[in-house]
Amino acid sequence: MKPYELTIAQAREQLASGGLTSRELTQSCLDRVAAVDGKIKAFLTVTSEQALEQADEADRLRTRGAVAPLCGIPLSVKDLICTKGITTTCGSRMLENFVPPYDATVIQRLKDQGVVILGKVAMDEFAMGSSSENCAFQVPENPWKSGFVSGGSSGGSAASVAALECPASLGSDTGGSIRQPASLCGVVGMKPTYGLVSRYGLVAFASSLDQIGPLTRVVSDCALLMDGICGYDPLDSTSVQRPPAPLMAALTEGVRGMRVGVPKEYFGAGLDPEVQAVVNRGIEALKDAGATIIDISLPYTDYCVAVYYLIATAEASSNLARYDGVGYGFRAPKADSLLEMYRETRSLGFGPEVKRRILIGTYALSAGYYDAYYKKASQVRTLILEDFKRAFGLCDILISPVVPTPAWKIGEMADDPLSVYLSDILTISANLAGIPGMSVPGGFSRQGLPIGIQLQGPHFREDVLIRAGYTLERGLNLPPQRPPMD
Amino acid sequence: MKITQKEVERVAQLARLHLSDQELETMTGQLDTILSYVDKLDELDTSGIQPTTHAFFLCNALREDTIVSSLPQADALANSPCHNGEAFIVPRVL
Repeated sequence: MKPYELTIAQAREQLASGGLTSRELTQSCLDRVAAVDGKIKAFLTVTSEQALEQADEADRLRTRGAVAPLCGIPLSVKDLICTKGITTTCGSRMLENFVPPYDATVIQRLKDQGVVILGKVAMDEFAMGSSSENCAFQVPENPWKSGFVSGGSSGGSAASVAALECPASLGSDTGGSIRQPASLCGVVGMKPTYGLVSRYGLVAFASSLDQIGPLTRVVSDCALLMDGICGYDPLDSTSVQRPPAPLMAALTEGVRGMRVGVPKEYFGAGLDPEVQAVVNRGIEALKDAGATIIDISLPYTDYCVAVYYLIATAEASSNLARYDGVGYGFRAPKADSLLEMYRETRSLGFGPEVKRRILIGTYALSAGYYDAYYKKASQVRTLILEDFKRAFGLCDILISPVVPTPAWKIGEMADDPLSVYLSDILTISANLAGIPGMSVPGGFSRQGLPIGIQLQGPHFREDVLIRAGYTLERGLNLPPQRPPMD
Repeated sequence: MKITQKEVERVAQLARLHLSDQELETMTGQLDTILSYVDKLDELDTSGIQPTTHAFFLCNALREDTIVSSLPQADALANSPCHNGEAFIVPRVL
């Protein structure tokens, strides 16, 4: 096995035994990026020199004694998480030349543990999209099938992990942006409970929904990376203070006696029969491992897309007001007045999907429409939350599809924003309710495209997701994840 | 029609966006479709239901009012498209 093929757990073992150095591992990943990224187009920036320096530092730390579990492990970072001294574009012309003067808290935490950052990966502009086609610079491809989308908005994260360019990546999830590309690329992706991972240094899209989380090749790596990024941060006022509860400890606890709910609304019209078949196999696997299967209803599911696209756009219109061409980012070259400078800067700097969402959000918040749109959506959000509270009184975890279909062809859905929004229906309610969600590889379509299985749990019960995810991984016994691209 | 071109123009004005005629036409059509879709929320009676802005209860995050170091001026200016070493420069306001 070449070093770049190793999972974090495998690399950790070899690093600890002295059979592998972080420099060798990092160099192997960089060589892999050089060999395949021309085709996959996941990386916007590769920080080879800094990565090798960080790797050498990790190797030095190791010779001096005990190190953190993630020490010397390379990973990629979605290009909306601030990295000091490394361009952070957010997939937008607006931030094409933005070099953050500070590290996001998650980056600082990982650096403190000796993690190696390989570079920054592509995404939909400002995380707005479901296919990464809204990236202003390049569209990452699905490593499993040329010309197919990698999903979004963390498409570069999922593609880089699936293409074996790195064992893990950090993404962000506002309405499914970690879980959906994880499902389409056949990797593990987790959106943690809102508030569990600091958002300090995450470029804001919809602040009440955004959450950073890991994408990895196996469930145990997801648990390990979660343990490395979770924790209270005084710099994020929505960060939650809780005693640490390592997820690695829960990994092998199994699902005996676990009540697994199957929400019938997630299996409605439009669900691809191949996706349905994969999820059914997942349900069987949990049952075989000792779980009890229960039928559940989440009656307000049908309203989630409408609620989401009002709340997320309203928050986005407010958050993106800061891009004014003054303190940082792009400024339109020709403008005689301040107002013209603002308008030209924003018109040239933002792409069409971002403009569309700013317009919807501004409209929903504007005088005369606030009650009908934003307030109404916030009230229905309460009903959606109550749906989940009721459900988690009856079961410990929910199992469902992540996306109604496998990946689609690049360009296929580009002209119809509403149909793209509707494809998010199975992932957005977790963000509205603030609960954790996870996508675990479940199988493949006849075309050879990956299909994921979604697990959702109550607030702060990532441990239950990890236990069920690990059980699924074992039970489904999928062949090694190796895309046919070499 | 849920929204007219004139209204989209007004909203664009509020959002400090300039739309070309072509963009205005496309956006109006797309916004109309999206706003018609979200009207499905009207099927629900929400009278008396508290709006949710946060998924669970959180106390205000307060801290001691102490002086801590902040971003040095040069770092704060480094990303500005136009500055004079001391301040951001913008077109004349008055």
